[in-house]
Amino acid sequence: MNYLPGFIDFYTLYDFCLTLFQNFGFGDNAEWLSYLTAGVIISFIVINLMILSTAFYTWFERRVLGRFQVRRGPNRNGPFGIFQPFADVVKLIMKEDTIPTEADRPVFTLAPIALVAPTLLIMTVIPMGESSFLGSLNIGILFIVGVTSVNSIAIFMAGWGSRNKYAILGSMRGAAMLISYEIPMALGITSVLLMSGSLAMTSIVSSQDIWFIVVMPLGFFVFMAAATAEISRTPFDQIEAESELGSGYNTEFSGIKFAILFLAEFMAPIVTAAVVATLFLGGTKGFDPIPGQIWFVLKMFVVIFVLLWFRATWPRLRVDQIMGFAWKGLFGLGILNIFIVAIEIMIFRTEEGTVGTSNMLIMSAINWVIAVVTLLTLMRIYGQKKLERPIPVPSPLANMGVEAD
Amino acid sequence: MLDEYFRQYGVIAIFAALAVAVPAGMLIISWLLSVLKIRPNNPSTVKNSIYECGFETITERWSNFNFRYYSIALLFVIFDVEVVFLFPWAASFGTMSVQFGAYVFIEMAIFIGILILGWLYAWKKGSLEWS
Repeated sequence: MNYLPGFIDFYTLYDFCLTLFQNFGFGDNAEWLSYLTAGVIISFIVINLMILSTAFYTWFERRVLGRFQVRRGPNRNGPFGIFQPFADVVKLIMKEDTIPTEADRPVFTLAPIALVAPTLLIMTVIPMGESSFLGSLNIGILFIVGVTSVNSIAIFMAGWGSRNKYAILGSMRGAAMLISYEIPMALGITSVLLMSGSLAMTSIVSSQDIWFIVVMPLGFFVFMAAATAEISRTPFDQIEAESELGSGYNTEFSGIKFAILFLAEFMAPIVTAAVVATLFLGGTKGFDPIPGQIWFVLKMFVVIFVLLWFRATWPRLRVDQIMGFAWKGLFGLGILNIFIVAIEIMIFRTEEGTVGTSNMLIMSAINWVIAVVTLLTLMRIYGQKKLERPIPVPSPLANMGVEAD
Repeated sequence: MLDEYFRQYGVIAIFAALAVAVPAGMLIISWLLSVLKIRPNNPSTVKNSIYECGFETITERWSNFNFRYYSIALLFVIFDVEVVFLFPWAASFGTMSVQFGAYVFIEMAIFIGILILGWLYAWKKGSLEWS
């Protein structure tokens, strides 16, 4: 497995800065100065890369959704409309920034920042190359679980600060939904931990001789559904629910604050795609002539496209359906998956505690059978419940014209 | 030489500071634009009122939480703590010796079994229903 040679990470930058500062005669201060400089530079690069790719992603989303709905999508600004997001940003910055008189001003202003920062922070532990941009944290996955939880607070801040009934309804629903789906997400991650035996993202990648989506499809299903809900994409976007709540938690936001809120909202699918690609699709693993980073980006694109496909295909679920799906469906499936994987590890592992590649193949065969059977059974059980609709009664007004003869 | 542990978290602290500073900088730029009269800023009473489908908002805007949110929050606390206990077990389970692993598995099965009983009880009691 090879990597692109010019890949920048914190440590190469640190060494570069260290030699630079030592040559300029900073002496004892050179170490912490270069530490700070390298940290700031690499963070700035990563943040701007994420903002740029979010801009590109909004264009991609609108084009793909356009194709799904048999129309063209934005195609005026630049080739294939690729400058559309920049035009949007300029428009949003130049727009008037209204704050309602009754709003809680500090909370209202801080909410966009509180929503963007955790989403960005997740990118620090994603291993894009041999390690992540900022070195590798040895508890990477725990960090992700922790940082994701902050989102629910930020969304509640946005709703509470704007002091609008629609906004607060949306953010209450959002808080309830986000905390409910955190548990299935963590259960999906637990099954990955059982197989990899480590909390570090780099060793999760290196333990995937066979991709974990193949080894445990049930875990992937649970994690993917929960992650889609965590970023509140359709079919789980009760937070916004344009048809019922105006625009949900962002009703009162305009101008640059709206832009930042939507920066966070559209950055979330990219981050989720990166997490899914790392945990279940083998991260940077692939075959040789193509470097690892390219593999990673390709896998991210596949996941992003699947998320868009969800959005284009499914209607929005009701609140009670969403909560029921988390607590009655995904929770049970997640626990079941953990038990199956744990039992299989006990059976198949060697004395050193690792599961060999051939045993992994047997595991995946068993798990696919279990996953398909379980999901089909559940679909049969829950699919039987037909929608209780009143028998259609012909309207008394329907035959008004015919009544005459 | 800085300690390796603090080295890793120090970088993340720098990143977190910048992740807060960049959107804050955007807000400041936007504010500067309005000070420099580049973007419009003409607030009026009607414009700054709360959006409510064209009506004036009546009663308290900060509505209270419905009671069902409390039961969801309680369930969340219980099962999130469970997940906290599951993580170290899952991370170290593969590396244990076969016999010790079997004991640990049975212990964890008892722990999760009790929680599953609680989950079924909550389901039976109707705490998982949203109505």
